[in-house]
Amino acid sequence: MAKIEFTLNGEVRQVDIDPTIRLLDYLREDLDLTGTKEGCGEGECGACSVLFDAEVANSCLVPMGNVAGHDIVTIEYFSRTERYRILEKAFLEQGAVQCGFCTPGMIIAAESLLRKKPKPSDAEIKIGLSGNLCRCTGYNMIIAAIRQAAKEGEGLW
Amino acid sequence: MSETISQSLMRLDAPDKIAGRAKYVADLKMKDCLFALTVRSPIAKGKILQVSLPAMPEGYQVVDHRDIPGENIVKIIYDDQVIFPVDEVKYIGQPILLVVGPDKRIVERLAKAIKIEFREEQPVFAWENSVIRYQFTKGEGDAPFASAANTISYTYTTGYQEQAYMEPQGFIGHYDRGKIVLVGSIQCPYYVKNALIRALACDPDKVRVIQAAVGGAFGGKEEYPSLIACELAVAINKIKKPIKLIFEREEDMLVTTKRHPAQIKLAAAIGADGAIRALRAHVGIDAGADIGLSGVVLSRAMIAATGAYTIDNLAVSGDVYLTNTVPTGAFRGFGAPQMLFAIEMFIEHIAKDLGRDPLAYRLDYLAKQHDKTSTSGVFRDPILMPEMVEKAMAMSGYAAKSERYPREAGYRGIGMSFFLHGCGFTGSGEAKTIKAKVKLEKDSEDLVHILIAAVDMGQGVHTAMRKLVASIMEIPIETVIYDYPDTDQVPDSGPTVASRTMMIVGGLVARAARALKESFIPGQHQVAEEQYVQPDYIKWDEDTMQGDAYPAYSWGVTVVEVAVDPHTYQVNLEHAWSVYDCGKAIDELMVLGQADGGLAQGIAYGCLEVMEHDQGKIRQKNLTDYIIPTASDVPAMTTMLIDNPYPLGPYGAKGVGELTLVGGAPAVAKAIEMAINKRITKIPATPEAIMELIKHG
Repeated sequence: MAKIEFTLNGEVRQVDIDPTIRLLDYLREDLDLTGTKEGCGEGECGACSVLFDAEVANSCLVPMGNVAGHDIVTIEYFSRTERYRILEKAFLEQGAVQCGFCTPGMIIAAESLLRKKPKPSDAEIKIGLSGNLCRCTGYNMIIAAIRQAAKEGEGLW
Repeated sequence: MSETISQSLMRLDAPDKIAGRAKYVADLKMKDCLFALTVRSPIAKGKILQVSLPAMPEGYQVVDHRDIPGENIVKIIYDDQVIFPVDEVKYIGQPILLVVGPDKRIVERLAKAIKIEFREEQPVFAWENSVIRYQFTKGEGDAPFASAANTISYTYTTGYQEQAYMEPQGFIGHYDRGKIVLVGSIQCPYYVKNALIRALACDPDKVRVIQAAVGGAFGGKEEYPSLIACELAVAINKIKKPIKLIFEREEDMLVTTKRHPAQIKLAAAIGADGAIRALRAHVGIDAGADIGLSGVVLSRAMIAATGAYTIDNLAVSGDVYLTNTVPTGAFRGFGAPQMLFAIEMFIEHIAKDLGRDPLAYRLDYLAKQHDKTSTSGVFRDPILMPEMVEKAMAMSGYAAKSERYPREAGYRGIGMSFFLHGCGFTGSGEAKTIKAKVKLEKDSEDLVHILIAAVDMGQGVHTAMRKLVASIMEIPIETVIYDYPDTDQVPDSGPTVASRTMMIVGGLVARAARALKESFIPGQHQVAEEQYVQPDYIKWDEDTMQGDAYPAYSWGVTVVEVAVDPHTYQVNLEHAWSVYDCGKAIDELMVLGQADGGLAQGIAYGCLEVMEHDQGKIRQKNLTDYIIPTASDVPAMTTMLIDNPYPLGPYGAKGVGELTLVGGAPAVAKAIEMAINKRITKIPATPEAIMELIKHG
């Protein structure tokens, strides 16, 4: 066990936890934050994406020991923001959601991308999403949604 | 609203999914829940001699065949799949027993410590043990071969394809006062329920099956979940506590059903004028170790033998082979993608061998309304393929590109596929086996509850069915309720498969909605029920495979353009254009979403997704080894929908989900064929396969 201090969804937390536990399991099992999904457990699919110091990260690859001193944001907290509302509207209007299992991770990846590139080209959107797999949509509607969000949310990122 | 039914609504289930609030099975929790892990066979064939358990801490136990109260059979079609083996295993990954207990890590440790002694036997991997053989003929069968001027033959080969839904399979279940309740990631609540009744030898009211949000299925959650459900229900029946059984990705990839590998042998009898006098086809598919749905997959493949074409004389046969490999099963398209790849390439190859223009040659054989189908039924409804081909060619610039690219030899290619998909169950499935029932219930607050077993697995049932009822009854969509199906609430409207949900189930829901509208009394509890009745002009003979295999057909044209890297042979997908006739879109945006996703899977089937076994062991065990398209891999897609209302579908709707996949592989394979000027007879056409073709022909 180890004492770990970090910020989760805007709150400073101190936990006494096995440092080898995955951040994903801590979120889902201990805190019931199930918006972060497990699709593969090996950093390939991105369903477990969280913001780690505002960068998209696969929470299945992050042991709790590595969280110390960092700022973690999950979909549950990000969904309270204005930027989320812009992304949500764009995902809805472009038909970017089918089964929905990859969607919270896609939203997190989109936020991370738009923070770095508020006006991304299509090529940049594709690269920004390439760590997040979707089996339903063929991606084009997700790409269109991010294009729309970048436009409608101009100035927010 | 009928004029505007296709106008898109925003999906009603999407806000919860985007925000991460939708509950998939792994998200569900129960107090004092135990965890189950499956111990599996490491060998492809052999006898189980002895199972040695480690010391089991209190609260931990194993569940095996001795705990099954009913029959040790997973009810699918044939009774050849056991829940837990008694003394023999027949494929690597076959479940042998469950380890159950409160701490997941201890369960894992115990499962690893179990020693099973086997006597290995010689496994069979060759396709020699045929367990199902079908055949049918049309016209003069293959008699014209005797007088043919020329015979052209090719053999086409397709590999496994993994559904790779983003959410792995799983269930959570509990014991509720004598009743076993399972919640799972499933396509077919009643398949699961009926399997449980048999495994538990219980009354129907002693099992209840509820669908959780499903994170993609594509056929992979059609029949396979029945096996997991039986295992888990046996455990719950023994232990009487809540138990959760969720697959890891690796487990899911290695042991769940996949698309059948196929070998399709085609021969054409060619007349002196270069016309096809007859076609002979043999379809072989690998079922793996259990037959499962393979017979039905085979029949759909065989019936698709002539694709979107009419050929007057046919002799079609097929075999399902058992091997000591992981069982194959349902996957979007269900046998048709294999056959459509083969026939689309074959007609092209015939034309090329004869020195004819492939496009003109193919257009000559396109099926027309009133033509006889492969099984001597009739294409009753209008077929708009010539118009659709014209539109696809105009959108894609096909004529100019297909003339220019071969001449320039610049490793660019464009390919066009023609295809159809039979909507609903094959043959008499709907009328004799499924007999779908639906129910609409209006409560005293005038809320209309849609009670059907059709699940939303991403394709949009939730929104589409509510829209359908609201539109017909002319009531606000907010007053129409659809919940995750629960077998205690909904009648058996059949499985969510075979592109049948909108056309068949939606058709019944539409009828019930009209009845409810006509008898509407405000504030009164009212019920409208409907049951499927096959139109009497649809005739099908199961034994001879003659007649109308499907009540209706959806049609499509897909064009794919590629650039093949001359050094690495990497296939870059430049653009894909499609035109579909799915009758009438109940929601245009949702149909376009099906189109994009289906085509991405179909193209990837043709050029990207490799899965193989080595001595019965699947080699691709995760999403690192098994490559599915990323956002950077898919081409831009342009899709056009053509209205061609089907009289018996709601607002004219036909099937759409599978259609969009079947044209992908042949279109991309033809494009690659043009780019490299070699005949492609095997998919996926990966860079390695392309290199082999270029270097050795």
